[in-house]
Amino acid sequence: MSSMLLAVDLHQFFRQIDLMSLATLTIVTATPLTLAALGGVMCERSGVVNIALEGIMLTTAFVGFVAAFVTHNLAIGLLAALVSGMLIAALHAVLSIEFLVDQIVSGTVINILALGITGVFYRTFLQQVNVKGPGTLPVWRIPLLSDIPVAGPILFRNQGVTYAMLVLVVVVHLILFNTVWGLRTRACGEHPLAADTAGINVKLVRYVNVISSGALGGLGGSYFSLQQIGNFLPGITGGRGFIALAAMIFGKWTPIGAFLASLLFAGADTVGVRLQYLGVRIPTQFLSMLPYILTIVVVAGAMGRAIAPAAVGRPYRKN
Amino acid sequence: MTGLAGLLRNRRLRDAVLLPAISLVCGFAVASIAVVLSGANPIDAFGALLQGAFTNRNALEETLIATIPYIFLGLGVAVGFRGGLFNIGAEGQFYLGAVFGVFVGVSLHGLPGILHIPIALLAGMLGGFLWASIAGVLKARFGAHEVITTIMLNYVAFLLTDYLINNKGPLADKHATAPKTPFIDSTAQLPILVPGTRLHMGLILALLAVPLVWFLLSRTTIGFRIRAVGLNATAARAAGISVGWTMVTVMGISGALAGLAGADEVLGVSHFMPPSFSVGYGFDAIAVALLARSNPWAILPSAFLFGAMRSGAGFMQLVTGVSADLISIVQATVIIFVAAPLLVRWIFRLRDVPEAPVHIAEAGGLASAASGAAPAASLEETAT
Amino acid sequence: MHALLGENGAGKSTLMNVVYGLTSPDAGEIVFDGRPVAINRPTDAIRLGIGMVHQHFMLIPPLTVAENVILGHETARSGMLDLAEARVEVSELARRHRLEVDPAARAMDLAVGIQQRVEILKALYRGARLLILDEPTSVLTPPEAARLFDVVRNLTAQGTAVIFITHKLGEVMVIADRITVMRRGQVVADTTPAESGPSELARLMVGRPVLLRVDKKPARPGEALLRVEGLSVDDDRHQPAVQGVDLQVRAGEIVGLAGVEGNGQEELVEAIVGLRSLRAGRVLLGTREVTRLGTKGTLHAGVSFIPADRHRMGAILELPVADNLVLSDYDRPPFARGILRRFQAIWQYALNAIKAFDIRTEGPGQALGSLSGGNQQKVVVARELSTDPRVLIASQPTRGVDVGSIEFIHRQIVARRDKGLAVLLVSSELDEVLSLADRVAVIYGGRIVGVLEGDAVERERIGLMMAGAA
Repeated sequence: MSSMLLAVDLHQFFRQIDLMSLATLTIVTATPLTLAALGGVMCERSGVVNIALEGIMLTTAFVGFVAAFVTHNLAIGLLAALVSGMLIAALHAVLSIEFLVDQIVSGTVINILALGITGVFYRTFLQQVNVKGPGTLPVWRIPLLSDIPVAGPILFRNQGVTYAMLVLVVVVHLILFNTVWGLRTRACGEHPLAADTAGINVKLVRYVNVISSGALGGLGGSYFSLQQIGNFLPGITGGRGFIALAAMIFGKWTPIGAFLASLLFAGADTVGVRLQYLGVRIPTQFLSMLPYILTIVVVAGAMGRAIAPAAVGRPYRKN
Repeated sequence: MTGLAGLLRNRRLRDAVLLPAISLVCGFAVASIAVVLSGANPIDAFGALLQGAFTNRNALEETLIATIPYIFLGLGVAVGFRGGLFNIGAEGQFYLGAVFGVFVGVSLHGLPGILHIPIALLAGMLGGFLWASIAGVLKARFGAHEVITTIMLNYVAFLLTDYLINNKGPLADKHATAPKTPFIDSTAQLPILVPGTRLHMGLILALLAVPLVWFLLSRTTIGFRIRAVGLNATAARAAGISVGWTMVTVMGISGALAGLAGADEVLGVSHFMPPSFSVGYGFDAIAVALLARSNPWAILPSAFLFGAMRSGAGFMQLVTGVSADLISIVQATVIIFVAAPLLVRWIFRLRDVPEAPVHIAEAGGLASAASGAAPAASLEETAT
Repeated sequence: MHALLGENGAGKSTLMNVVYGLTSPDAGEIVFDGRPVAINRPTDAIRLGIGMVHQHFMLIPPLTVAENVILGHETARSGMLDLAEARVEVSELARRHRLEVDPAARAMDLAVGIQQRVEILKALYRGARLLILDEPTSVLTPPEAARLFDVVRNLTAQGTAVIFITHKLGEVMVIADRITVMRRGQVVADTTPAESGPSELARLMVGRPVLLRVDKKPARPGEALLRVEGLSVDDDRHQPAVQGVDLQVRAGEIVGLAGVEGNGQEELVEAIVGLRSLRAGRVLLGTREVTRLGTKGTLHAGVSFIPADRHRMGAILELPVADNLVLSDYDRPPFARGILRRFQAIWQYALNAIKAFDIRTEGPGQALGSLSGGNQQKVVVARELSTDPRVLIASQPTRGVDVGSIEFIHRQIVARRDKGLAVLLVSSELDEVLSLADRVAVIYGGRIVGVLEGDAVERERIGLMMAGAA
């Protein structure tokens, strides 16, 4: 889909505008990555590993689309995506916090479940449907701001979910580092026992953060079906949930870092496709490998170990 | 319910048979809900599943064919669990094994089958071994979480395969219209076991692999080391065992088995490799291993079950319209129940179900102790 | 300033944990401000005005001092943190109590002594009127400790009550107004420095000897088999735990290392066996240097090691008795040929060990975890002694073990000693050390503060040394 857009661009615009559209495309492509990564940041900062982001995005893309389709209302679709994301995340939370299921297993389970559920219901409800869908989110041009040279078209002529993403990067950053809640969250992820002795309810904090990550993931999922193509296809998320995890790690578990890392990964993707059309001979697959290889390097390097929230992945049990 | 509860208190019986059985039943129960919600009849759906798996013409044969990779992959993941490591990378290692296997199958000419096949299979094992060892070394040397590294390596494997086979890549068949590798030499093809069917020699290999892995784990020093580290890495280290090397070994063996599965599939079933090669066998294998509680012998029925589900799902989809993805729901539920004894305890109001074991590998592994059933029953066996 | 004095396991920390709401009592009541109170959570204690500074700090390393102090009681306006205000408040509080800190510094960058100040500030910030300090000087250098005492004096002068948990007599004499001595979970004395001198306190701390003496002939030591020279080792927090220790254990003798837990014994033992890297020094086995040999090498060179924590480090509970018995030698003949394990040999060996060590078990195939603690430990001891080592390092070898098994293990160790084994016995049970050891070294603060033998070995003197007061 995006490659077709690029082919049109290439023929019709000057090189400078090529770069502009590249930048715009990068921001747009980075939208689901960033949103999921933000969810991952909140979740892991409180001490819970969430590898279910992929499954969450897939399911919420589906649910959001179905809701929007049935009600012919994109806003309701968005809402449905958010809520379903929170519900799935709640399952992950209950399994890993209450029943002490290993967080990796719990996350994997949700990914598998997501594939199963979306597969089954897609086939039954959507595959044969020929009626026109609810379309995609409209592009909103913000008056005045969208006329600023360079930054204007890139940032201020976007669809709703992308705007939400940009705002949320800032919001999540503020929450994490400037609010009481964020402080307590970080405490729970670094040293839950200490947080407990300071009177904080570690379980509650973790629950809320995991469910919030579900909401963020839900928004990320809605990008695919409600913003990008206005439809749902099985496997539409294509592993972005895992790239988002990589972005989170690469961004050192900070919202802004996650955003920049997502831009990097999305950029590698869009640049790669663009280069293809310019005849550059690096196979796209190698460029697409970049986020994954980078993540491995980060995780293996001392960086990865030193900066993850210290208590992430371990259930907190009071003696 | 007292009868069931009473049975549940017999620990060995419970762990080995009842828990997996209950998990399976619950898995199907949850899946039924999905079927009902999607407007179909669960009885029809599961009936079609069974029919597609067993009673249709060729059904049993297809089921067995589908079981073969599950056996290898399940064994691989199980070995990982026994060593305290969570190998989510089986899928990627599966791909690499297929690539290496197909490469040997396509490139070497003039070799008799009796040489060509083993070399190709060994190449497949090598591919999986190398791929998994990356994660193993990173874990042993840098403490990198094998879960993250193996997931990332999966994607790299997919992309690598895509590059190699798609768009006239190095391994692509230049003359074909669809992206695929060339066909392997006939000397590399695995012989068919039952004439007129697709059932290939891989089944024999898989059936041999089970006792081999069992032997490795329970009768050799390597296996002992693996189990010791998986159960208590701290104590193992204090007794002089090198935990780092053991981790590399575990991942290596696990990957080799997964790679063998990949090579086996290519050499035995398709005789070439398409770019989108797997339907998620590697992830299913996690469920296979968990259901079998990482016991090599139990992998057989577990793999057979998943093979049956996989091959019957196609028919179920055809006849009832319920997507084949339904079996993923069964799998996911099974995993939950197997991996959450506390959940079982809560549901059945038991008192002595063990708490979910957490860390094994003290060196920071995120793997859960979803590991073997009984301790080395081998000692008991030799003595009695 | 009320000191709570006692050895390890006396119950001091547990008692205070109850007061702070971290543990619930099985019986009894707490009276605070003249009224009985229920303290179920730290929040309850904090609300009453009780604060606690734990031995292991409860600071969040990447957060700043100010953030750590206000955690749980944050200065905020409608949810948004007011860190500037917090920093001002923290500075104020620090100044008032003479606890200089930089509110913007990150906790993990601070020296341990400063971290402790932050812990104290945390309690004060919440309005603590009673401050409990659990072994506060265990991580401080002497000058830091002196500064701490100033702070405590200041606090008490301002009306705060302080409970000071410690095992160090020196401190108690210097700073306490009242002293409560605990032993084995009971209060054995309530006194003041004026009434009870150090010897009296030491006697109260370590108590009367329990009649658990082993009959042993006098030792006939041979050459030095284990030599530790100038060993310095860091603990997990990269603080020096062992500082320049010299130690010698000769063939045919048992050297007991007495000391309250946490004074460096564990790190010392781990370094000798190769489980922990050392910062300086050498370890020699006879004439051969084994410092860099690693665990497997050291074990195979003739050292046997009984770790202090049986469950974590000593044995693998899920494995059968037989497997545990061969844990260090599973890959060598006769237990293995190449990569194949030889089960007949292992089984036979296990049967012999079970008989020789009187291990109560259904058979070599029984999972170790289902044996009693004493029998589990006997398996560990059997394993370590059966390799016919030249040196045995036994760390807390009879912890959690029944009396019968204790006697058995002691007799085994003495019997081997008589055959020429060199034994380094590390134990926080003074009785065990006194009854087994031929020579007693006392470790305090990571240093050997004395080595006694013969008649000089007597309880009170050692007690004083263990408490750093001799």
